[in-house]
Amino acid sequence: MNPHVDFHAIAPEIVLTAAILVVLVADLIWPERSRWTSSRIASIGVLAAMVPVITLAVDGTDRSLFDGAFVVDNYALALQGFFLAVAYVVILMSADYISEGDYYQGEYYFLMLTSVLGMVVMASARDLVSIFVALETITIPTFVLAGWRKHDEGSNEAAIKYFLIGVLSTAIMLYGMSLVFGETGTTLLSGIADYIRRPGTETTPLFAVAIFLTLGGFAFKVSAVPFHFWTPDTYQGAPTPVTAFLSVASKAGGFVAMLSIIAFGFFPSQDSWQPALWILAAASMIYGNLVALRQTNIVRMLAYSSIAQGGFILVPLAVAGDGHAAISSFEAVVIYILIYGAMNLGAFAVVIAVARRTRSAEISSYSGLGQTAPALAVTLSIFLLSLAGIPPLAGWFAKFVMFRAVFDAHTASSVVLGVIAAVASVIAFFYYAAVVRVMWFHDPAPESVTEMRQPVPAALTVAIALTTIVVVVVGIYPQFFARVGELAFRA
Amino acid sequence: MNWFDDWALTLAVFLPAVGMAILLFVPRAQEQLIKIVALLTSLATLGVGIALLADFDYNGRGLQFTVNEQWIPVIHSRYHLGIDGISLPLLVLSMFITVLCVIYSWNHFPDPHNPKAFLALVLLLEVGMNGTFAAQDLILFFVFFEIVLLPMFFMIGVWGGPNREYASIKFFLFTLFGSAMMLLSFLALFFLSKVQTFDMVTLTHLHGAGIVHSTQVLLFAGLFLGFAIKVPMWPLHTWLPDAHTEAPTVGSVLLAAILLKMGAYGFIRIALPMLPSGAQTWAPWIGLLAVIGIIYGALGCLAQRDMKRLIAFSSIAHMGFVMLGIATLTSFGINAAVFGMVAHGLITGMLFFLAGSIQERYNTRELSRLGGLLSQAPYLGWILGFCAMASLGLPGLAGFWGEFPAILSAYDPTNPNGLWGGSAGTLWTFRVYMVIAAIGTVLAAGYLLWMFQRVAFGRARADFLDLHVHDVHVSEWIAWIPLLTLILALGIYPNLLFKMTDPAVTQIVGGINRVLG
Repeated sequence: MNPHVDFHAIAPEIVLTAAILVVLVADLIWPERSRWTSSRIASIGVLAAMVPVITLAVDGTDRSLFDGAFVVDNYALALQGFFLAVAYVVILMSADYISEGDYYQGEYYFLMLTSVLGMVVMASARDLVSIFVALETITIPTFVLAGWRKHDEGSNEAAIKYFLIGVLSTAIMLYGMSLVFGETGTTLLSGIADYIRRPGTETTPLFAVAIFLTLGGFAFKVSAVPFHFWTPDTYQGAPTPVTAFLSVASKAGGFVAMLSIIAFGFFPSQDSWQPALWILAAASMIYGNLVALRQTNIVRMLAYSSIAQGGFILVPLAVAGDGHAAISSFEAVVIYILIYGAMNLGAFAVVIAVARRTRSAEISSYSGLGQTAPALAVTLSIFLLSLAGIPPLAGWFAKFVMFRAVFDAHTASSVVLGVIAAVASVIAFFYYAAVVRVMWFHDPAPESVTEMRQPVPAALTVAIALTTIVVVVVGIYPQFFARVGELAFRA
Repeated sequence: MNWFDDWALTLAVFLPAVGMAILLFVPRAQEQLIKIVALLTSLATLGVGIALLADFDYNGRGLQFTVNEQWIPVIHSRYHLGIDGISLPLLVLSMFITVLCVIYSWNHFPDPHNPKAFLALVLLLEVGMNGTFAAQDLILFFVFFEIVLLPMFFMIGVWGGPNREYASIKFFLFTLFGSAMMLLSFLALFFLSKVQTFDMVTLTHLHGAGIVHSTQVLLFAGLFLGFAIKVPMWPLHTWLPDAHTEAPTVGSVLLAAILLKMGAYGFIRIALPMLPSGAQTWAPWIGLLAVIGIIYGALGCLAQRDMKRLIAFSSIAHMGFVMLGIATLTSFGINAAVFGMVAHGLITGMLFFLAGSIQERYNTRELSRLGGLLSQAPYLGWILGFCAMASLGLPGLAGFWGEFPAILSAYDPTNPNGLWGGSAGTLWTFRVYMVIAAIGTVLAAGYLLWMFQRVAFGRARADFLDLHVHDVHVSEWIAWIPLLTLILALGIYPNLLFKMTDPAVTQIVGGINRVLG
């Protein structure tokens, strides 16, 4: 018997798969000199996949497929839209970087779109198995992407480290999931939640361990301290557009998996996941921010900053089980991810633009950028200060909804976490401002004046412009993203 | 005039932003055009301010020119603007000072020049300043309160003196820390109040209903950190001398004239009426810090060798008088505080202009190297004398009406409008404060006259004897005459301002008194 399949519901995935195949075939049959079209095909594919997402959102009915393992609701659509938008911006950032280097263009976009497909599936996945498959679809292509510059030792190291730790975390997570299945007899998230809620069910130590191992696997993906060791080296060694992709898209994929599993599955058993998340959040914020202070390379600094930002995203999750904080916490996570995506991508886009000219990612090479390339300096300042959470840039609202969730929870442990977050945000300002200071308060090196004359490629300019607009507009009128977060959970 | 009622405040806040956006599209080389755009924008904004003054109902109660639209419904925060007699003078002061700053900077751009960026920052600063005085929603207030940080940070860091990096980051971190604490208190207010809202009008009417005394004390402490750092009150003042000394002239003027007022305004508008019982517990301590600030600022002044740093320390002392007036929780004291804020804005703003102009002419601000200004540039010298007199509180000039009533209000906070009816201990505490504050005025006379004497009297030092010192420039005259006129006008006829502030202050204090019985 064939199951009934609602093709409208899986249309985004179908369009994306078609685009992947077209990219791959085009690369095979087209001559070397027209390979640059790969990036255009990829971006058109991503935009085309956005169309069914929009029609589904307009339609507005929740759809459930494959016995509830795959669900299309507001939550899924909001995140699918986010992932596709991120993918589009990353392709814009990659276009010139990849075509100018001695890289394999077709394969690059093939791998990237495959990873994006995993993310789009992840947003809809409501079953341990489909979550696992989606997560692997996200991760495996990125192992290869991280090692893209295959003649570069740093890039090789990046890929190997990422691969080994990634595989290890997958094994741990899978083990945890198998224990969850053994305990509850189901892999459906809603089934797990029902099992925990059923009167008379007691949380056995084994079940707590199962939850812990499952979340531990995701902690690797989102590089939460102490599972973060691969992050700085991988981020620094990988090609910068790939780093942007890893730090935003792939990280958000991990967070979405975590959010789905907790919100739709483990939520009733809060005692078993809250303490672990609390520790991950606190450790990530403290460690990430303190180590970022000492960095001299901007990509490495952004790596530690992304660890710290991950900690901020975990804060609402860690207090979600207290009081009536659940809805506002989940909302806060979604809103934070959306805003983080825009500002972090923007920062990387400017870093790529500057590195094209100076061939350097050292913070010292940014000195005097305010005089030599004012537009880049202004936009990078906007992104960094937004990451620091300074109004009226979007980052303030992300921090605000995080603090609001903490106050909604209103317990002693949540308040302590809130205080840690407040102190961490003030520390974070130091290293973001350090780059701003170098750009504006220092004089440029004499040779950089001529280097800076090269124009920024059009695609990269569009990427920077789009992210700047989002960061500024959402900062002044946060309702745009706030409404998305609200729709995702309150329908 | 209905259209004007609805749009006036939005225009007042966002016109500078429009001007800034236009500036961004003018090529950097067209300096004349850039200056004209900035001037026209700030003049248009001031025009709105003057229309507000004309259209304001001086006997009305409650807020006027209100706008109340949706902003972020998800967090129950609204775009709510409105002004009363306390906001109005500060709002207009901010517009007024901005215009003068643009005029003054016409040919006074410090290194590294770049008028485009400089004026864009001034206009952005104005958005934050005007917004802070008009906002009636806590989150909106927070955003405007924070907007001023960035332009000031860049202004100090890019156009500042030799130690600018340290000063700018110190300024930013102090204020950022304070506002983080303030935001946490705002959130707590939201969740603990009887009605979950960020609306300042509603919260003011609630007067902290439903929040127990101990919690009020705690929340007040959070607000206190946010506002007191901005004022700044001793011992949270350490960023101020550095920021003032390093900032370019226009930055110092805006910092002293407007930014400091945002802190004191926050006390009057938010902290006192929303947490009256917390305020009552804290008031004697605020009074104590205020008088320590008065004496500390004055003694600090006597030890300075740098003219700008001396004026910065005098700001700490003057804001001490303002905070003393607020701490009495009487309508007399708070009226004095608002007057003191405006007077300090005019006078200290003027003093910083003078310090900047003197530095430009002599290339130094060292008091020991200056001298003979009266013989070399008589107008400049006499204006300095006039401002020193105004600053030390000479009756007949604006400074007097901020200081004297503030001191007087501390004599008897038990008057029918006061709160300390049964408490003789508190009464005597404030009387001691009064005596200390009075000593502070004597010290103020001391350091200001000393500064004037060092800079203006005698002969110029040998290395400056042959220097041709240009007396007051045209752009300086245009920027300064309005300030000098207002200092004199408010000094002779203080009711000009008091009649504006009194109804609003009485309303706030009356509300607090009703709650505390």
